[in-house]
Amino acid sequence: MNRKIIKSKSYLYDEKIESIAEVPEKELESLPLNKDLKFIGKAIPRVDGEEKVSGTAVFTFDKTFTNIAHAKTLRSPYPFAKIMSIDISKAKKVNGVLKIITNENSPEIEWYGDYSKLFDQTVRYEGDEVAFIVAETEDIAEKALSLIEVNYKELDFVTNTLESIKDSSPKIYNKSNIPDPGGHANYSRGNYEEGIKYSDVVIEREYSTQVAIHNPLEPHCTITKWEDDELIIWDSTQAVFSVRDAIASRLKIPASKVRVIKEYMGGGFGAKLEAGKYSVMAALAAREIKRPVKVVLDRREMNLAVGNRPDSQQKITAGAKKDGTLMALGLTSHGGMGAYPAGTYVHWPLRSLYKCDNIESNEYRTFINAGRARPFRAPGHVQGTFALESILDDLAEKIEMDPLEFRKKNFTSIDQDSKLPYTSKKLMEAYDAGAKAINWNNRKPAGTIEGVIKRGLGLASQIWWGGGSPPAYATVKMNRDGSVQVLCGSQDLGTGTYTIIAQVTAEVLEIPIESINVLIGDTQATPYAPSSGGSTTAPSITPAVYDGSLQIKKKLIAGASAIMELPTDELSYSQGKISEKKNKDNFLTNSQIIRKIRERVLVATGARNQNTDKYAINTFGVQFADVEVNTLTGKVTVNKIVAAHDIGRTLNRQTLENQFHGGVMMGLGYALMEERIIDEYTGKVLTTNIHDYKMATMKDTPDIDVIIVSETDPLVSAVGVKGIGEPAMIPTPGAIANAIYNAIGVRINSLPITPDKIITALNNRG
Amino acid sequence: MSKNSKSKNLSRRQFITKAGTGAVGSYVLFPTIVKSNKSLNHSGEEITNLKGDTDLSLNVNGKNIKTKVNANTTLVELLRDHLNLTGTKVACNNGECGSCSVLLDGKVVYSCHMLALDAQGKSVTTVEGLMEGNNLSIVQETFIEKDGLQCGFCTPGQVIAATALLNKNPNPTMDEVKEGMAGNLCRCGAYPKIIDSVLAAAEKLKS
Repeated sequence: MNRKIIKSKSYLYDEKIESIAEVPEKELESLPLNKDLKFIGKAIPRVDGEEKVSGTAVFTFDKTFTNIAHAKTLRSPYPFAKIMSIDISKAKKVNGVLKIITNENSPEIEWYGDYSKLFDQTVRYEGDEVAFIVAETEDIAEKALSLIEVNYKELDFVTNTLESIKDSSPKIYNKSNIPDPGGHANYSRGNYEEGIKYSDVVIEREYSTQVAIHNPLEPHCTITKWEDDELIIWDSTQAVFSVRDAIASRLKIPASKVRVIKEYMGGGFGAKLEAGKYSVMAALAAREIKRPVKVVLDRREMNLAVGNRPDSQQKITAGAKKDGTLMALGLTSHGGMGAYPAGTYVHWPLRSLYKCDNIESNEYRTFINAGRARPFRAPGHVQGTFALESILDDLAEKIEMDPLEFRKKNFTSIDQDSKLPYTSKKLMEAYDAGAKAINWNNRKPAGTIEGVIKRGLGLASQIWWGGGSPPAYATVKMNRDGSVQVLCGSQDLGTGTYTIIAQVTAEVLEIPIESINVLIGDTQATPYAPSSGGSTTAPSITPAVYDGSLQIKKKLIAGASAIMELPTDELSYSQGKISEKKNKDNFLTNSQIIRKIRERVLVATGARNQNTDKYAINTFGVQFADVEVNTLTGKVTVNKIVAAHDIGRTLNRQTLENQFHGGVMMGLGYALMEERIIDEYTGKVLTTNIHDYKMATMKDTPDIDVIIVSETDPLVSAVGVKGIGEPAMIPTPGAIANAIYNAIGVRINSLPITPDKIITALNNRG
Repeated sequence: MSKNSKSKNLSRRQFITKAGTGAVGSYVLFPTIVKSNKSLNHSGEEITNLKGDTDLSLNVNGKNIKTKVNANTTLVELLRDHLNLTGTKVACNNGECGSCSVLLDGKVVYSCHMLALDAQGKSVTTVEGLMEGNNLSIVQETFIEKDGLQCGFCTPGQVIAATALLNKNPNPTMDEVKEGMAGNLCRCGAYPKIIDSVLAAAEKLKS
């Protein structure tokens, strides 16, 4: 195991993420192309499929213990209030109530940095935590909740982003709702004013995007159980190690005494990247009552209190030459963080997707009395790409250029920020393949289609990071019978992590998938791997699995060399056997080697390689939408989406397609129906169930054509894979919005594009 | 004041709790139908509300069950909490998403949205009951082959809905699949492959 310690760099938004990591000393040899591989790239069925279709997969939601207690959270009914007093005397008397925690008896634990506490005396959004009741059953806890008497002093509130920045607006922290420092981000490049001045055409548009809620079907849930001074937490999470560290530090106990386990989890989409207050509350209660405590959020809580994609109110100015050269892009944008700090910025696509020398962007994030935002599948990029791709279409129309040609004209092979070349950028190939698949040549000019039902085509491009980074490790263990366990501190969100780990191991060791057992999502049993966010799981962990598997192979060959008394270069490894090159009949199986060298388990820990600093690592793609708009009802039907992307190597064709489908469906829902609505007079959320918060169903499913134009990206890692979870969704809303414009000739600049907006826009046009 | 605001958001379960009757009697276990070795989540003496006051006889996955439940116990609570059949999921608990789908006399119902007592004398099939011994049903098997799932949380409901659809209409068109399965939400958006799975299962079942 030759390793070196390096400072690793990776990028996400403005943040250059640096960490110390142990990486393989030498670059590993790249995997051959998929056509020469047996497992990777193939449509191998999910290794956890059987558990999932048979109902035997135990999700955190399903897990239980004999003496388990159940908890519920009392949440503020007001968007902004001071808790004057809490009377728990009646609730306490309910038969079966075991423990009640409020700000009056909780240890002081900071939350949201130093903005709040586990139990704060001020509640800043409808849903903020007020009390926590543990009882014999959920029903008892819920009944007791209603008996807690809280005396609130209501405060003037603000739930609207643009209202919150006015001087007259209520202030959530007694000062400007835009925090200073930290509430304003400026980015500029070149000379924006000059760029505008020398443009032949300049247009200005305003865009508005809604708040969207993750709504994974498995609610946020946790079970905490103390075994002496060790805390075990089963959590529905995307990040076992980060949950462990957050909870250990809040409880002031060593991280080594906290074990976080996640086996099956029912979706996250970014909402489950951090430790929940409920986990800490449950741990506090479990310690006192000396019983395991389970908390499951209900759907209303899911829609109030565990994150969202924040809104954006964007104003963009764009200038171009008549020949299609993009001269300048300017953005001013505001986003509502919710009541506690969160990211809202959207300018990245504008800054990085196309060649443009002159950029000026000013973004503001502001506190509002609403649930706090969390990362949600390509944070900022979905909103930013919708607006950018909308204005580029308008600009293309003004200079009478085909929207696709306009984008090709402004293609860049150099990262606009770092001026580095990309490890790979096959966006041109994606444009061509996608255009062919959607019949782009048949596209008619906007608004020229006759009839009640009008059909249109639109496109949008995508850039994201998704290259992954060290540190990430995987331990590969081969047993005497030749079977293998792979341990990795990663998570499977439904993305297929279990399966791709098994595939990479099977590929290297040439053993059946069935002989490989993958264990992930357990901080005590596995080496560290990063949180599953940012489309980094596959690109971070599979190179570590690859490295670990290669090391096992090397050990086997060394063992065989000693036993057979032959130099290693006279041996070859194939299908779990090592044979003499000259005499294939002289061989040993893996199992024989392990026995003869008197090992019981061969162990190797693989590490993710260092990232290159000579190139920028990104994913690219384009999506084309074919839609129909009924101009009498305003109903939009998406007929087809073509998703053509450069994402490095395909590890599993089936799970890859599936994740693309999912991204497109989520993008479709965001474009056309999803919206958290707050009543501005009461500050209360009106969309707290799945009936009111509309998500796409099977009936909304278009034909989705997934085209992968890349084979591998060897400059990223020896495996050559990049992440796709986020790239899959980023361009969908922009492509649908542009297709709607193409169909009806009227532009809707506000998401979601609901029938009422279409009808109003058509009527206003006259 | 807080109670007032809260009451506007009364969940269905709270409503039923209020409408329900008091709890007496004792909770009856049926270990025979507990598939796994996991312990039940409550031991009788520690629990108050799992004691039922009304007799209930029904058939679950081919086995006759006699038990007592409270009037406010929903079918999914009976299945998950009393019978330990946790394959059936609850995602909205409000009859909106289909994760809790089970077959009631062969017809799909949302088990979160009906009372256990309404299953009196009826036959319930959960995802566990689709298994043929230790073997997956053709529909289950095809969902794996065609990758008609991602996170797997809605999958039991999808598989149940697909089974019911194919029982009723062995030869569905794609539009009929979309219509028939529209009551089962998949937030991962695996719909295209769920559709593939149902259509492929239909083909297999024919031969």
